[in-house]
Amino acid sequence: MSAGGGLTADGGPATRVRGALPAFHVSRATRLHLVVLVVSVLVVVALALVPEFTTVSVTRTMITLFGLVALAQMWNLLGGFAGLISVGQQAYIGIGAYGLWFFGDELHIHPFVSVFLAAGLAALIALPIAPLLFRLRGGYFAIGTWVFAVIIMIIVSNVQTTGGGSGKTVISAALLPINERIFGTYWIGLTVAVGSILLTWALLRSKRGLALTAIRDNTLAAQSSGVNVFTSKLIVYVVAAFGCGAMGAVVAMNLLRIQPAASFSINWTAFAIFIVVIGGFGSIEGPILGAIIYFALQQTLSQYGSTYFLLLGVLAVVMATKVPRGLWGLVTARWDIHLFPVRRGLVLESQPDAPAASEAPVPVEHATP
Amino acid sequence: MNWVNVAVQGILLGGLYALFAIGLALVFGVMRLVNLAHGDLGILAAFIALGFVRSGVGLPVAALLSILIMVGVGYVLQRGLLNFTLGTDDTRPIVVTFGLAIIIQNALLLKFSADEQGLNAGGLETSSIHVSKQVALGVYPLLVFILAVVLIAGVQLLLNRTKMGRAFRATSDDREAAELMGMNNRHIYALAMALSLGTVAIGGIALAVRTTFDPTAGSFNLIYAFEAVIMGGMGSLWGTLLGGVILGLAQTLGAQAFGSGWGILCGNVVFLIVLAFRPSGFFARTVTA
Repeated sequence: MSAGGGLTADGGPATRVRGALPAFHVSRATRLHLVVLVVSVLVVVALALVPEFTTVSVTRTMITLFGLVALAQMWNLLGGFAGLISVGQQAYIGIGAYGLWFFGDELHIHPFVSVFLAAGLAALIALPIAPLLFRLRGGYFAIGTWVFAVIIMIIVSNVQTTGGGSGKTVISAALLPINERIFGTYWIGLTVAVGSILLTWALLRSKRGLALTAIRDNTLAAQSSGVNVFTSKLIVYVVAAFGCGAMGAVVAMNLLRIQPAASFSINWTAFAIFIVVIGGFGSIEGPILGAIIYFALQQTLSQYGSTYFLLLGVLAVVMATKVPRGLWGLVTARWDIHLFPVRRGLVLESQPDAPAASEAPVPVEHATP
Repeated sequence: MNWVNVAVQGILLGGLYALFAIGLALVFGVMRLVNLAHGDLGILAAFIALGFVRSGVGLPVAALLSILIMVGVGYVLQRGLLNFTLGTDDTRPIVVTFGLAIIIQNALLLKFSADEQGLNAGGLETSSIHVSKQVALGVYPLLVFILAVVLIAGVQLLLNRTKMGRAFRATSDDREAAELMGMNNRHIYALAMALSLGTVAIGGIALAVRTTFDPTAGSFNLIYAFEAVIMGGMGSLWGTLLGGVILGLAQTLGAQAFGSGWGILCGNVVFLIVLAFRPSGFFARTVTA
């Protein structure tokens, strides 16, 4: 993991500027990030050990949480970083779920491998769809993604081999010994959740990440500065499809049942939007925080059905209008904490050990209009 | 000859989709807002009318009351909520209107349950005229189509000839310049939303008389309205009628050719084809934001 690597100056002497300005270099990471790295590794290791010490039902509930984290991370990658608001990610969740069945039951590939093949299938399908949807902007892009999800759902519901409207049982996964299945699904779910975070972080750290934030803040300016807007958006869209596909396959392996109305449900999008709006747009921490809060709400309130959804809708509207940066936005506004080193800060050469966060950071990620 | 019948049905169905599409196109044209709750607001109007009918009011009065209420809802919703989401970034209006859609759907589920409902127009909805021995025209779909034509002509007239229409066009072209000229954009936007919800209320009630409906029917109608707008070409009200007709034709002919389950898919596929080969639609007038 390269978070520690980021502790040294990014780019080395090449980025140093001398002359009238005091000498400085650009750095992403601070000492805080070393602490975060250590704590994150400990948390992941602890999470990995959870199924050894708890019941099957707790383990399966935790898999739901991992799914929510991955879903929110992918939705935020699209909406919060690339400005692509999708209300159709359920298309790829459903493709992931049905992909698991297809590779596992039809092609007899081990379900654990099938999860990743299903995710690859989702990414493959996203590739030709993206250019078509990119012809639409803003809200119309959003509805376009929805139309695509509806199309896939109708096809799956009307084809007999996929079980029609009543769906299928994923037999290849159901036939696994129970412990192997639960433990395996749990670890794959954890991998997908952690992977979605690392993937987002790696993408944002790269040159492409800068391009993305530039596009989100001002597409025209980014384009005229030489950013390839189309390629950047395409990469994000395909990556998000991959992540949602993996997440859909994990959920399907957890439930063992796939059904068009559930796998392609618009509720997935409702959850994603709710989590990101609560947790905070445009950060990696926000969706994690949001997913945990949402998970707690779901565990306690989802029995109330429509009332629960009504409450979610009201909360989403209130948060989006009153607290547009979400709860994590409140945290950063107050303490300027960034757990994941994706921002770049200036460090003066005279005090090379000073943490970047105490200097004036270049507000790359949070340029406000 | 059956195919002619089916095609006629499809064309007339386009009128219903246009009723939903007018308001969506209008609001986008005036303030670049895509209202994801648009379909659900239409269904809300149908349920309000149903509520009045159940309390003993006749359907025409119930429909009129529902439309007036939705006009009021539109104004208040825009001034009290949606105006605050505009001009920031693209995300907020989408999230807020999506949230609204969820709120409306679930509030209706709580109040009216998930049961299918219907509005009875006293046999009007089932009567038909025989044009020839083989071709029959449904009276009600024909009326809905005529209503769509009249409504589009009316809104177009309002946009072209009235002071309010001029204000709509001015804010649409340049909101800041309009503001500098002394116009109150927040009021103009609210008027546009009031008009939009008035038209979608007509659409919702027209749908409710035609078929059964339930609280979740809104999302499909949003999608149809959206497809009609894009295929017709953004910024053109008559284009939405054409888009609606193309969609209606694709759905009914598709259902006839491949079986009832595939009709809606055919509509969606035709939309994707238009998007691929003619992305600005057939009558595009304004450039997207």
